[in-house]
Amino acid sequence: MRARLPALLVLAAASAPVMTGCAGGSAAQDVPAQDTATADVTLTVFTAASLSDAFEQIGEDFEAEHPGVTVRFNVAGSSDLVQQVIAGAPADVFAPADVPTMDRAVGAGAVSGTPRPFATNVLTLVTPPDNPAGIASLADAAAEGVNLVACAPQVPCGQATAALARASGLALDPVSEESSVTDVLGKVTSGEADAGLVYVTDAARAGEAVRTVDLEHARSAVNTYPIAALAEAEHPGPADAFVEHVLGAQGQEVLGHAGFGHP
Amino acid sequence: MPASATRDVPVRPPRALTVVGVLGGAAILLPFVALVAGVDLTRLPRLLTSPAALDALGLSLRTSLAATAVCLVLGIPLALTLTRLEFPGRSVARSLVLLPLVVPPVVGGIALTEAFGRRGLVGEHLHVLGIDIAFTTAAVVMAQVFVSLPFLVVALEGSLQTRGDAHERTALSLGASPARTFRTVTLPLMAPGLLAGTVLTFARALGEFGATITFAGSMQGTTRTLPLQVYLERETDPEAAVALSLLLVVVALAVITLAYGRKRVTIS
Repeated sequence: MRARLPALLVLAAASAPVMTGCAGGSAAQDVPAQDTATADVTLTVFTAASLSDAFEQIGEDFEAEHPGVTVRFNVAGSSDLVQQVIAGAPADVFAPADVPTMDRAVGAGAVSGTPRPFATNVLTLVTPPDNPAGIASLADAAAEGVNLVACAPQVPCGQATAALARASGLALDPVSEESSVTDVLGKVTSGEADAGLVYVTDAARAGEAVRTVDLEHARSAVNTYPIAALAEAEHPGPADAFVEHVLGAQGQEVLGHAGFGHP
Repeated sequence: MPASATRDVPVRPPRALTVVGVLGGAAILLPFVALVAGVDLTRLPRLLTSPAALDALGLSLRTSLAATAVCLVLGIPLALTLTRLEFPGRSVARSLVLLPLVVPPVVGGIALTEAFGRRGLVGEHLHVLGIDIAFTTAAVVMAQVFVSLPFLVVALEGSLQTRGDAHERTALSLGASPARTFRTVTLPLMAPGLLAGTVLTFARALGEFGATITFAGSMQGTTRTLPLQVYLERETDPEAAVALSLLLVVVALAVITLAYGRKRVTIS
């Protein structure tokens, strides 16, 4: 009798990793079913974490231009988002952080029309503000004894890191390969890492918390962000309008301000 | 005696409660059934024997065993102090020990960084001495100890409280030294809680994810334990992630069986 309860708890404890990583996924579950009338429309946009700040602003601008439309965002890592989209989560617009992720959604028939590139991002090197290891170049960061942190090759920013290393002719030897660029940034802002490879937009967001070292070969690994309305969008009209707004002058200005490039 | 006749017949819970209880069991087991059902068995051998998976499994087993050992060394004295020593604020202290159970593990990882990171409260002094903990296997063990120690302490406290201290009082009154009393009376009294607590501690350490990825980082062979490998694998191959997580479930089941399988010894 005493043995049963701990036995079940053991299973729960051991399964913890299986249950993590779904934190951002619940926002879309509680769609109010009331707005089937022509009046109020709630547009649901699934967007990559790196876009969240810029898209908040774009959403406000869009709402101002389209009275009666409310835009809300489900923000998560791109691989989480695409799994949710393919599984039929109630979304109108999808904007992941890279083309291969969008291709998975296209392959599953979840996308309406052809995805369009709307922003680009490149990597940069960041160090803690006091730059304890005296990093002035990627070669410095690749040197032995330097705590360099980068993304794992399995995630988009890790692919970009590998391309950058090839273009620079350097063998990077990170002490940690993170699952997300946010984790890389966190290791640098906390001072654990001497240097980290993140996107320029992450460096811009971190502001004073990091020191940015410009990279000679940054343009060799350009990451492109695609956007598309979804095939099962509840509000196809406003969804297309939102995509046009992101691609339009006002949307591009907000993205440019956040550090994104034009595709 | 009429009492002894009925003692062997277990008291059945009300039927309605049993039905709800089965539902509760389903809430736990159903996701695992789905997990197993979703695995492509033909790919399983190759997935489980990849160098990355084997490194992750080996690292997970080594660090979880080390963390369990550290928890035993720290947890037994801590549980004894909290249950047997009268001091002001004891009930507050007993609640505080449970904090790692309540905070999200990621916050635990941030807390560990604030304490033992290069710029942390303790870590900055260690750094001066040339000791850096982050990005090492030691950091993984520390994260595991942080999250799993409360499991051991709670189990031991329960066992110490239900037993009371009458046996120890007797031993002391008969002239046994406190050390001998601890060894020959207290420790055996703790045995049931110790076993359950150790298994729980090991299992929690095995499943530890959030504090590890935040505090220790993620590098194959050094800090990327099985849960971190599962999380990373999921980015490119969700099916492989599921297969790997089965490995965790199997290891946990093996531990339970080892610990409880032959435990038919009656206590009391």
